[in-house]
Amino acid sequence: MSLSAKPLALHLGLIAVLFAAQFMLPSYHATNVSRIMVLSVFAMGYNIAFGYTGLLSLGHALFFAAGMYGMGLPIWTLGWAPVPALIAGLVAGGALAGLVGLLALRTAGVSFMIVTLMFAQAGYLTLLYLNTHTGGDEGFVVDSAARMIAGFDLSTDTPRYMAALILFAIAMLICLWLVRSPFGRVMVAMRENEERSRMLGYNPFRVKLTALVISGLYAGMAGAAYGMLFGYVGATFATIQYSILPMLYVLLGGAGTVIGPFLGALLMFYLIDIASGYTTAYLFVVGAALVVLVLFAPKGILGTIRERGLKWLP
Amino acid sequence: MAFGPFLFLALLEGTVMAAVLALTAIGLSLVFGVMRVVNVAHGEFFMLGAVTAWFVTHYLPFPPAIGWLAALLIAPLVVGAIAWLADVFVLKRLKYDPEATIVATIGLLYILQQTALTFYGPDARPVEPPFNLRLQFPWFGYSGYKLFVVLAAGLILLGVWAFMTRTKAGLVMRATQVDMETARAFGINVDRVYAGTFALGAALAAAAAVLIVPIQQAHYLMGHDPLLLSFIVVIIGGLGSLRGTLVAALIIGLSDGVISMFFSPTLAKIIATLLVALVLVFRPQGLFGAKT
Repeated sequence: MSLSAKPLALHLGLIAVLFAAQFMLPSYHATNVSRIMVLSVFAMGYNIAFGYTGLLSLGHALFFAAGMYGMGLPIWTLGWAPVPALIAGLVAGGALAGLVGLLALRTAGVSFMIVTLMFAQAGYLTLLYLNTHTGGDEGFVVDSAARMIAGFDLSTDTPRYMAALILFAIAMLICLWLVRSPFGRVMVAMRENEERSRMLGYNPFRVKLTALVISGLYAGMAGAAYGMLFGYVGATFATIQYSILPMLYVLLGGAGTVIGPFLGALLMFYLIDIASGYTTAYLFVVGAALVVLVLFAPKGILGTIRERGLKWLP
Repeated sequence: MAFGPFLFLALLEGTVMAAVLALTAIGLSLVFGVMRVVNVAHGEFFMLGAVTAWFVTHYLPFPPAIGWLAALLIAPLVVGAIAWLADVFVLKRLKYDPEATIVATIGLLYILQQTALTFYGPDARPVEPPFNLRLQFPWFGYSGYKLFVVLAAGLILLGVWAFMTRTKAGLVMRATQVDMETARAFGINVDRVYAGTFALGAALAAAAAVLIVPIQQAHYLMGHDPLLLSFIVVIIGGLGSLRGTLVAALIIGLSDGVISMFFSPTLAKIIATLLVALVLVFRPQGLFGAKT
């Protein structure tokens, strides 16, 4: 399946717009967009499991936190350099997803949701329990010396934005390639009709496990990058809220679309940002958005657009 | 204190917890059993029960005992009504699709929790117990109210059992659980059974909260732990099985009491959550799989 011109132009265009945006946005919004780009990588990973393969997980915070701590702990305790630490985070996310998948994928549907939820909760509690090693719920600050890559200080605005953009671009292009590859088609087949794909000779367990590990790698990379770029590692990122946010981004933007996670993250981030200016109860927005989406727009924004005409949207 | 009395205290605390947990979890179990809906907002119904109890005891000019009794009546009614509305306006429209309802009840969780934050505020507030009685054991004194909680929870559970097995409404609910299509064919208003079941499940959580609130204070985030523990209990006991839920509540409540006392509450929760995950993975048929 080769990439046709229109989708490629759309995605490269988005990257170009984001590149240009850093010169126009004021500092506050530039930092927000860097956050959004990293969170969209997380959501893209979630989308690979949920949107394409049909695995509705409630435990992705575990993989995000695995990446974050996998990056942060070696720096904090062993004084690792940033690049190996980031790779450690990436690997930690994927490995944990594989481990959870080996057990959780023996179940499906509602059981799968609860099993992933429970594993994530156990992971979060373990972070609190081992507070002498992990900093507990206070977390820890990533040493600023360990936030320098190739002479660029990632704690300053422009390098941080560029690092987030590079990560986002790579993640999106890989995602685009993945979902249009033969394996991506098999993932969708699992979502649509597992029995039929089994009959065609595919091994559903293996396909779903691979998809979950890829999803975990995305989440782990996003977690590691988030900790590195914003300099803080903490147990809050392992709470259930961080499993629900990527789900919300994906549902809002459109499950099973490549740009959907970014669009959802962008809109939801600013919706929460604006709401928190008016009330402390800003998470109300999250709840209301979930209910409204699931009731009235289960396909999300891009899913609906795709249905109404733009059939080529990947 | 020697090991023996210490263990006794742990078991007492565990029993109180088990009683409240059983009441909360029965609500969750009932909803799953009859409607096949996993209600993630169940903990928030618990929280709303406690918050309503605070409002009732704070604003009605009664002495503590009567105020508390009023709360025990009013809170389940109010919370039940909210749940009824949630069923009619959200769950029913989703046609009770399992995954969609989970997402919707997560949304409901935030909506209820944040509404409580708006109108009730971020503070934890105490509710005065209906009576103060201290039981003096040879080694330590213990709150008589806590033992009353166990008794009251037991009575309410007995009431639920009688309702399910001895009344027409209970029969209709059980019929709907066994076969919704046939129940409808026999002229049962399934929509109303569903709404009623959802309201009853929420009301039971609210009642449990009113029992516990003189011990534990009302707070807008208090729904988290009861939700998690109810999930654990309901899954280990077998979703939809009321007897299994009771047994599991006793096991989890007591072991939580003991492990929390001798090791740490966090460790107790880690063990319980992992246990649930493993039960679901290795005994899925026996627990979720009661196909109707």
